[in-house]
Amino acid sequence: MKRALILFLGLLAAAAQAQVSFDDILNPQTRPGDWLSYSRSLDNQRHSPLNQVTTQNVGKLELQWVWQARSLEKFEATPLVVDGVLYTVQAPNDVVALDAATGRIFWTYHHEPDPARTCCGRVNRGLAILGNTLFMGTVDAHLLAIDARSGQLLWNTEVADADALYSITMPPLVVKDKVYIGTAGGDLGIRGYVAAFDVNTGKELWRFYTIPAPGEPGNETWSGDSWKTGGAAIWNAGAYDPAVNLIYFGTGNPAPDWDGRTRLGDNLYSDSVIALDADTGELKWYYQFTPHDEMDYDSTQVPLLADLQWQGEPRKVMLWANRNGLMYVLDRHTGEFLMGKPYVEVNWMDGFDEKGRPQRVPGMVPSKEGTLIRPHVHGAINWAPPAYSPATGLYYVAHWEHSGIIAIEGQFPQPVGINTRQTSMGDVALEPFFNNDDEAYGVIRAYEPSTLEPVWEFNLGNITWGGVLSTAGGLVFGGGKDGYFVALDAKSGELLWKAALGGQVNAGPMSYEVEGRQYIAIAAGSALFTFALPQE
Amino acid sequence: MTRSRTWPLGVALFAALSSTVSAQHETAYDVIDGRQAYQAVCANCHGPDGDLVNGVDLGHGSFRQPYSDEQLVEIILRGIPNTPMPPNPTMSEEQAQQIVAYLRSLALTENDSLVGDPERGRALFAGKGECFSCHRVAGQGSGLGPELTRIGTQRTSAELEEALLDPEARVLPNQRFYSVVTKDGERVTGRLLNHDAFTVQMLDTNEKLRSFAKSALREHGFTASGMPALTNFEAQEIADLVAYLASLRGTTP
Repeated sequence: MKRALILFLGLLAAAAQAQVSFDDILNPQTRPGDWLSYSRSLDNQRHSPLNQVTTQNVGKLELQWVWQARSLEKFEATPLVVDGVLYTVQAPNDVVALDAATGRIFWTYHHEPDPARTCCGRVNRGLAILGNTLFMGTVDAHLLAIDARSGQLLWNTEVADADALYSITMPPLVVKDKVYIGTAGGDLGIRGYVAAFDVNTGKELWRFYTIPAPGEPGNETWSGDSWKTGGAAIWNAGAYDPAVNLIYFGTGNPAPDWDGRTRLGDNLYSDSVIALDADTGELKWYYQFTPHDEMDYDSTQVPLLADLQWQGEPRKVMLWANRNGLMYVLDRHTGEFLMGKPYVEVNWMDGFDEKGRPQRVPGMVPSKEGTLIRPHVHGAINWAPPAYSPATGLYYVAHWEHSGIIAIEGQFPQPVGINTRQTSMGDVALEPFFNNDDEAYGVIRAYEPSTLEPVWEFNLGNITWGGVLSTAGGLVFGGGKDGYFVALDAKSGELLWKAALGGQVNAGPMSYEVEGRQYIAIAAGSALFTFALPQE
Repeated sequence: MTRSRTWPLGVALFAALSSTVSAQHETAYDVIDGRQAYQAVCANCHGPDGDLVNGVDLGHGSFRQPYSDEQLVEIILRGIPNTPMPPNPTMSEEQAQQIVAYLRSLALTENDSLVGDPERGRALFAGKGECFSCHRVAGQGSGLGPELTRIGTQRTSAELEEALLDPEARVLPNQRFYSVVTKDGERVTGRLLNHDAFTVQMLDTNEKLRSFAKSALREHGFTASGMPALTNFEAQEIADLVAYLASLRGTTP
């Protein structure tokens, strides 16, 4: 028994050192080599402080290892890295722990989801971690807690009923002792919500419905019983601001997507950003980007929080390149609309009122004969994560330019200047590309956040479902449907390096460090690729 | 009664069966034939592990009533009227006896006159046995050793008893322990998770995921796990632990 006792004491000592504290997550600058949440920091800046790879040497980046997923689903997850261990998701819902330096597998946790219907693939966008526990939402609408060391299940909570067409594809958000997850299925007629769970037990603590019930403010923005099946799903990463203890989520489109005749009104809180008290779930403010949307303009982009000089004063803002073709600056403490303007061709609105409500162009709605509306239903941007560099002060977004659709009353909209294969929510394999130069294309673009004016653009050719990463080495990384992964000069947009990965990029890049080496990782096709400089 | 045994049982399956079934006046060959007959005739309804029929768990000696061997032979041959259990008119009595020998061997423990109490077993598991320091049940405990949340559906009582008394006798490949010594002299032991021509991955005894380049190691190889043989446990305590482990059937918190 002596041996067991020694082992036991050793375990006690290890248990005392939790792997990831909430302070670590909140202050990731204390662990520059790790990547502890979806966008590295809870402000979602997706900016790595690592600077071994620079504009000067990025041309020497070399492939280090590849991990091939046993999945034909799109690979949308951004990995986490904790102390040399990389965690990611093999779609739909297998958690994998890899040695971040070699790509060798430590373990795989397999979750076999019950049959679940999703609009756009049985995908997963990533994990959250706290202490030694990983959290994952599943396509059959469960929330799992998994031991990050052994890969064993700690708890499994059914968040919602998959038979009622709920699913989960987003990375969970962890704040203090709570883990938050939202429900997808907005195109299939769910009533969306986000809920908070106890990190230790999986017990639900509160739930906020994105569609108010009768008697609650906002229910009057839904005609008849349309609120019961109005969608407004939450299916992408949230943000947190500790100064005001608010969590932020973007909400999805109202359902039915392309026909608003049965749901008259603004349809709150669809296509909005909602700010909730992190402890209680109380709604503190909201801003609706697209009232009474009939174009499937989900506002489930990743909220990006930045501290700017705004008209001479320091201001806590939220930057938001929206699927509806408009880019916004909001005061993230009050929800005040500070600025909004089109960043691509937009023809459904032509200005804002003083409160920031878009002014619709008459007639720019679905019609019997068809109406050309820009941008496309899949958006100027869909869900791909953006980045912000505190060094350059620029906001980086990968999005589509010059897209549109023909909106026909009661029907699925028809693409314009873009082939239907291109717009099927991304795919794994590469496909031939046939567009003319004057048709829709993808860009990585840098914006000056105080004016929302573009500073530079890198043309990706094909449209993109991939996100961007900013690094302290003065670089921006991104990729697209043609399977290229590129490194750009963060100040000029100049192409400095590229790799052909042989599969579509459908995820956000990230960076981490192991034993003094900086790695850049990106998922493409069915695999995860990592790059680093050659060892001296 | 204190068990102080150097248990010879179970390095090879044949040896295990010979020693355990002798008391039943059967031979190991009877048990092996009985297993074949069971898998061919009975497993279709009862399942390969004998636990598919509600209220019956043949692998753990749990029948609807405490039947004698003769009664079980009778049931196998004649069936149970007005239930889905059918008669087997073409089966010989000898074959039915072999099936009973097989079922008894599944549930057999060293001293099967002792009835284990799962509640006492639970207390021993958490207390004297310190089992949570290496094992996890329903979210509680350590991930170093095998998870036991569903062990009652995966192991017979005889196998569970063997694992307590002679834990090194049978270790699954994915539960093997490994030990390395780095060129700096650090020795690290843990559960082997993966290895290849160049690297080795393990969960060390501090429950930390570790990866090593083999070129950076002075030595590396398999080693015994930290699981102690519970030789200081009373026979009744072993029976209680077996009963508790057999009751673990997959509930998570």
